[in-house]
Amino acid sequence: MAHSINSGFSAWLRRDLLLAYRRRGEAASPLVFFVMVSTLIPLGLTPESARLAEVAAGMIWVMALLATLLSVEGLFASDYQDGSLEQLLITPQLLPMPLLGKITAHWLTTGLPLTLVSPLLGVMLSLPAAGYLPMLCSLALGTACLSLTGAVGAALTVSLRKGGLLLSLLVMPLYMPVLIFGTATVNFAVDGLNWLPPLAILGALFAASVALCPLAAAGALRLTSAN
Amino acid sequence: MSQSSLIKVENLAFERDDSCLFDNINLAVDSGDILQIEGANGSGKTTLLRILTTALQPSAGKILYKGCTVTDCRYQYLSDMLYIGHQPAVKQTLTAEENLRWMVSNSAKSNQLAINDALAGVGLSGYSDVPCYALSAGQHRRVALARLLISEAKLWYLDEPFTAIDKQGVSYLEARLQEHADRGGAVVLTSHQDLALNNLRKYSLSAPAGQIA
Repeated sequence: MAHSINSGFSAWLRRDLLLAYRRRGEAASPLVFFVMVSTLIPLGLTPESARLAEVAAGMIWVMALLATLLSVEGLFASDYQDGSLEQLLITPQLLPMPLLGKITAHWLTTGLPLTLVSPLLGVMLSLPAAGYLPMLCSLALGTACLSLTGAVGAALTVSLRKGGLLLSLLVMPLYMPVLIFGTATVNFAVDGLNWLPPLAILGALFAASVALCPLAAAGALRLTSAN
Repeated sequence: MSQSSLIKVENLAFERDDSCLFDNINLAVDSGDILQIEGANGSGKTTLLRILTTALQPSAGKILYKGCTVTDCRYQYLSDMLYIGHQPAVKQTLTAEENLRWMVSNSAKSNQLAINDALAGVGLSGYSDVPCYALSAGQHRRVALARLLISEAKLWYLDEPFTAIDKQGVSYLEARLQEHADRGGAVVLTSHQDLALNNLRKYSLSAPAGQIA
């Protein structure tokens, strides 16, 4: 049994990474969105670095959240259309493990690249030097939470033809704590406070989502496929 | 236990949006059987197959696998089953070989030799490196059907397996189905074609209510 549980995870992880690699342009669009919007902010708001520094953390976090939300919609869409999802539902393996593989692939192709380019955006938005490490840490943990919770919403709305709006409404409230503690981590560091407590709360959110979200997504997929 | 059929369906019914698609379906499938489900378009052939694969829940009735309800021996039942649906689960951007490797990694054993043999078997030996979006509709189906050559599952559920397949392909597939049944396997398929198979049994679904039969 143990072997089959693990193989479900790695098989789906490898497949989704390969699919993302084959469609690099499409997979890069959240990242492009993230970079473009952040480049426009100094133009639209003010090029003055003191004022930009005040909003930098919040802006980067909001952009990261929206970029993840845009991409999470397609997590199950193509698998639903071509019948792969149906095949997944009738495998003898436990459903949460393949789903965790898919979610991990999603984070590796969206959340991780967003985290890695965020220092560049920090420079553009003149984020103070003390904020960089907390930003990297909080985005790495936070985007993983966003992928995990987003997957539950995507699973619930996969069979709806235009589920995008409903998905946003479902998932947004769950994204708020992540946004609040993510920006708090960076702002605490910028203000010279101890930034570990808000990061620890993000860590707790991540631990809870990694344990619960694959189960919830599995339940949601069984529910939606039954119709 | 040995007395009970491989699959036995008792009083199966399915309702959707308060209208009954079918009810009171009783059928049994034994080792060596090939069961063809017939019926007009919209009579619920695909739905019936999806219920048999446990992808859909029936409104009433039960499915027994070797005398035990499929919800009780789910792991064993699903390990013993192979389903090729209407959508063949073939990824456009992956090559035939990658698709097949992923499909079989989902079920049981997979090795390079078996995968190459299976692709050659369905006439795709020169196409293993071609992404599937460059293949024709029939070749797509063949990628999915290549699973039949690797699978060790005893029970095959095939939804319209002959769609878009050419004449030689159809007779090759028929021979494979026959071989599988002769080895003690069982096949349940939906098709509108007349099949040249021994021990073929047919089950007809009545036309949906309100339609001319």
